[in-house]
Amino acid sequence: MSLMDDYNFAYLDEQTKRMIRRAILKGLAVPGYQVPFASREMPMPYGWGTGGVQVSAATLTPDDTLKVIDQGADDTTNAVSIRKFFERTAGVATTEETTEASIIQTRHRIPEVDLTEDQVLVYQVPIPEPLRFLEPRETETRKMHSLEEYGLMHVKLYEDISRHGNISTAFAYPVMVNDRYVMDPSPIPKFDNPKMEMAAIQLFGAGREQRIYAVPPWTKVVSLDFEDYPFEASKADHSCELCGSDSSYLDEVILDDAGNRMFVCSDTDYCRSRREAGHQGRLAGETV
Amino acid sequence: MTPLLQVRDVSKLYGGRIGCGDVSFDLYPGEVMGIVGESGSGKSTLLNCLAGHLVPDSGQVIFDTRADGPVDTVTMSEPARRMLGRTDWAFVHQHAREGLRMGVSAGGNIGERLMAVGGRHYGNIRASAQDWLGRVEIDADRIDDRPSHFSGGMQQRLQIARNLVTGPRLVFMDEPTGGLDVSVQARLLDLLRGLVREMGLSALIVTHDLAVVRLLADRLMVMKDGHVVESGLTDQVLDDPQHAYTQLLVSSVLQV
Ligand SMILES: [Zn+2]
Repeated sequence: MSLMDDYNFAYLDEQTKRMIRRAILKGLAVPGYQVPFASREMPMPYGWGTGGVQVSAATLTPDDTLKVIDQGADDTTNAVSIRKFFERTAGVATTEETTEASIIQTRHRIPEVDLTEDQVLVYQVPIPEPLRFLEPRETETRKMHSLEEYGLMHVKLYEDISRHGNISTAFAYPVMVNDRYVMDPSPIPKFDNPKMEMAAIQLFGAGREQRIYAVPPWTKVVSLDFEDYPFEASKADHSCELCGSDSSYLDEVILDDAGNRMFVCSDTDYCRSRREAGHQGRLAGETV
Repeated sequence: MTPLLQVRDVSKLYGGRIGCGDVSFDLYPGEVMGIVGESGSGKSTLLNCLAGHLVPDSGQVIFDTRADGPVDTVTMSEPARRMLGRTDWAFVHQHAREGLRMGVSAGGNIGERLMAVGGRHYGNIRASAQDWLGRVEIDADRIDDRPSHFSGGMQQRLQIARNLVTGPRLVFMDEPTGGLDVSVQARLLDLLRGLVREMGLSALIVTHDLAVVRLLADRLMVMKDGHVVESGLTDQVLDDPQHAYTQLLVSSVLQV
């Protein structure tokens, strides 16, 4: 624990953490609103979730148990290095079990297990502005948010349908929060969108873009759509070939050079706990 | 009859220099007013003050709103003014790329105003877009093409469709035919004249081109150095100009 003596708890100094906490509180008070904050240099590159890391650092207490997931998995390089970072700089307990964690930092997924009111979900956000796709001017997008001028968001969905025959946006699918702000839910699959009306606190951190936003527990979160093209939380039409789940979000994994593939839960902890409970999929027992 | 627009003593200064000074006039429903002058005469400044793009230093711009009757748009709240800007008002820019979203299909460009006022039925929005492409003489099968693939004249016609789709009552046009070839201009003017008649539109058209006002405008204001020097019925002003500057303009000495 020698690094604990060299660094302040969770790396950031107390003043910075207070500044970030103020931004978080403001975000919780105005659900879906992007709060600017003075993002700090972190000892990792921007694409590695520095926004989420700063939000986690300002939220962690010594009693917390941290879980870090990347695309649903706890064992990717990104997840492992962030977990190690907080083990070293905060000395907090870490876990891979969703139900054991009090703070979960995530990139690209919401866990399959329902989160509880004792938990905080921290998202890593690359691009916080959902309107940027069609309106690059920041002054104009801010005005659109403040005046609730969101027609442009539907232009994006219109373009999707006219080009692909359906709303092809599959990730970062825009939502209306609390009937007021249109928000980018970060690049989670749209399958996860309905889960955002949850018991846990959801915090979003964008490091390079210096924005924090939040969704308090049980806030109304509606995915945008058209009357004749309603939103669908779609997923691959398979069940997990390891644990048999037919309701979890699946990754398609290539097995060999012959092009054999299998579908498995993207949430590795969920899949493992189901198998431990005795559930079996088509390929259960085979080594992958 | 209540005027659709009552302009009262509108002035705009640029650091002591007059952009436009003490302009007053009424525009009645169904009327088309031309505003002519050379560049620097203040006609574009005036148009932008009236359309809410610039804040005048003094004066009133009173619009007869559907809900609340005559309201001064200079002092109304910004959200209300922007709402007018995408419902009852329309603005046709000289350069189509300023008035279009170049990265969005023709159908999306036309549909944007419908979606901005709550249109949430894709099929209906697309049907309106298709209808409007026809009305501005663009092939329906171009609906999914981006305007960057359109000719200048087509871009301008698309901009007009995008503006008129919500059935605005007042259209601001800033040199709508500027920068187009003469033959393309003629077709556009024809189209505009047809739409104005058919929809009973009221319009304010800023131009340096007297042929444009001759064809489209019922009435005319001539501006010089920020002030209106002469106004009246279009034919009257053009055929029998009273002010020396108007006489110069009409004799085409000053035509750009
Ligand atoms: Zn599974």
